[in-house]
Amino acid sequence: MKRLALFALLLFLLSACSPSATSSSSQPQTTAYIENKGSDTIVNLALAWAERYQSEHPAVRISVTGGGSGTGIAALINGTVDLANASRQIKKEELQEAQAKGINPIEQTIARDAIAVIVHPDNPVSELTLQQIADIYSGKFNNWQEIGGEDRPIVRLSRETNSGTHVYFLETVLRLGDKNNKTLFATNTLLLPSSEGIINEIRQNLNAIGYDGLGYVPHDLKVIAIAKAAGASYVLPSVATVNDKSYPIARDLYMYTAGEATGVVAAYLEWILSPEAQAIVAKLGFVPISLTPVPSP
Amino acid sequence: MDKSLNWREFIITRAVRACGYSAILFVGLIFFFLLREGLPTLGEIPLGDLFSARWYPVEKYYGILPLISGSLIVTVGAMLVAVPFGIGTAVFMSEVAPRWLREILKPLVELLGGLPSVVLGFLGILGLSPFLRVFLDLPTGLTALAGALLLGGIAVPTIVSIAEDALDAVPQSYREGALALGATRWQTIWRVTLPAARSGVLTAVMLGVGRAIGETMAVMMVTGNAPVLATRWNSLFMPARTMTATIAAEMGEVASGSTHYHVLFFIGLVLFLISLAVNVAASTFVFCQKKRAERVLS
Repeated sequence: MKRLALFALLLFLLSACSPSATSSSSQPQTTAYIENKGSDTIVNLALAWAERYQSEHPAVRISVTGGGSGTGIAALINGTVDLANASRQIKKEELQEAQAKGINPIEQTIARDAIAVIVHPDNPVSELTLQQIADIYSGKFNNWQEIGGEDRPIVRLSRETNSGTHVYFLETVLRLGDKNNKTLFATNTLLLPSSEGIINEIRQNLNAIGYDGLGYVPHDLKVIAIAKAAGASYVLPSVATVNDKSYPIARDLYMYTAGEATGVVAAYLEWILSPEAQAIVAKLGFVPISLTPVPSP
Repeated sequence: MDKSLNWREFIITRAVRACGYSAILFVGLIFFFLLREGLPTLGEIPLGDLFSARWYPVEKYYGILPLISGSLIVTVGAMLVAVPFGIGTAVFMSEVAPRWLREILKPLVELLGGLPSVVLGFLGILGLSPFLRVFLDLPTGLTALAGALLLGGIAVPTIVSIAEDALDAVPQSYREGALALGATRWQTIWRVTLPAARSGVLTAVMLGVGRAIGETMAVMMVTGNAPVLATRWNSLFMPARTMTATIAAEMGEVASGSTHYHVLFFIGLVLFLISLAVNVAASTFVFCQKKRAERVLS
C-alpha cells in the first residue's frame, strides 16, 4: 500500500520534473543529482523535503526511495546513493563493512520521532511506567483494574509487524532496551494495518490501548504520561520533552553520508537543518530537532 | 473470396481455442510460480515450526496454523450467513417474487456485487464492529465475527446471482408437473426446483466460498489481525488473522528471497490448494449426483 503510494508520488515527481529538466538542459547550468534511499519511516519526510528543495533549486534533482534503514545503509556502503536515511544508528557490522571499503559514514540527526501511547479520553488511567506498558503488551496485565483503572479487559492495539514503529516499540518498550530480553507481543494483540485503524478503534473503545507517532495522534484522544521507572516523574510527549530526552519513547532519525558531505549534498543537508525544512518536519508529525547552530557557509 | 473466408475462419478458430487453453496455461503458470517461490520454505524451516501456533515473523516464528484457523473460521462463518441468505434470496427472486419486482431486484443485487470490498471494509470498521462490541458486550468489535458477517455480505450477491440463474433455467414443466400432482408451492420449491438446479446452486456456493476465502481488504480492516490459534468455539468472537490479510500486510516490506518471503508464498500455495480442494470436492459431488440421476432415467 505504502509502496504503491510512494511509487505514484515518485511518478508524479518524475512527470513534474521532466519539462524543467529539458529547459535546464538548454541552459549551460548543469543538473546535480542526489540519490536518497533508506528508512520507510523517513521516506515521506524525505520526499516532502526533496519536493520543496527542488522547487527552490531547479538545478538539483533528488530521487527518494524507501526500502528500510538497512537497505539504505547497504546502498551507501556500495556507493550507489549519496544519502542514506536511517531510523536507527548504523550497526557495528555495517560500520566495519564500510570501513573495509574505505568509506567513513558520517551521521547527521535530521529529525526526531516520538511515539505516544494513547487511550480513550474517558479512561481514568493517565500515567504508566515503561514497565507497566511492557507488561500490558506482553500479556501480563489483562484488566485495567491491575493498573489502577476500571474493571475492563485490555484490548492491545499495535501497528503491523512490517512497521518500523512496531519493531522500535518492541525493542524499546516491551524489551526495555535490553538486547537479551526475548519478550514478545501477546498473541491477541490486534495488528492494525494503519495508524487510522488504531486511532479509530481507540476513539470508540474504552478498553483499548495503542501507540502511534505523536504527529498522528488527534487531540480528542488521551495521551499517557510515561515514567522511565517506578518513582520517576511522568512525562507527556511534546517537542520540548523529546528534545531534552525526558520522554522515554523517542528516537532520532538520521541521514548518513559517505565521508564528509560535499557540494550539493552538503548544501542539501544544511538546508534540512534550516527552520524552513524543520517546519516540514513538524507538519508531517515528527519532532523537529532543536536547532543546533548551523555552520555558516 | 472463398479463400479469404477460410483464412478468417482459420484465424478465428485458433484465437478462440487459444483463449480456452490460456486459462489452463495461466493456472499452470501461477501454480508453478507459487511452487517455485513457496517450496524453499520446507528446506528453510522444520515442519514442526511451520505448523506451530506462533506467527511472528519479526522474530522468525513462522507457525502458520493460526493463519489457517483464522481463514477457516472466518470463511465458515461467512458461509453460515451467506448460503442460507443467498439461496433464500435466489429462491424468492426466481420462484416467489412477481416479474416486475425481480426486474428491480436482480440489477440491484448485481450492483451490490460490484461494490469494492474496501468500501464494505469502511462500513465494517465504522458501523459493524462498534455495533458488535456494544451489542454482544465484547472487549473489541474487531473480531472474526465481524469479518465473517462482512464476507457473508460480500459473498451473497455472487451466490444470489448464479443460483437465481440456475433456478431460472429449470424447465417450467417441472413446476407445473409438481403442482399438478398436488404439491404445495413450498414442496415444489424444496423437492423439485432446488434439486433440479442443484449443480448450478452448488456452483454458486462454491464461487461464494472462493470469494470469501480469497477476500483480503475488508477482512484485513475488521478482523483485528491477531494471530491467535482458534481452539475454542468462542474464537469466533475474538480477533483472528487470515492468510490473505497476512500476505497483503507483509508482502510489501519483505526482502525478496528471504525466508519470510518464501513462507508468504507458501501460505499462498496453501490457499491455492484449499481452493482446489473445495472445487474438486464440489465437482465430484455434482458429478456423482448426475450419474445417479442418469442411472435412474435409463
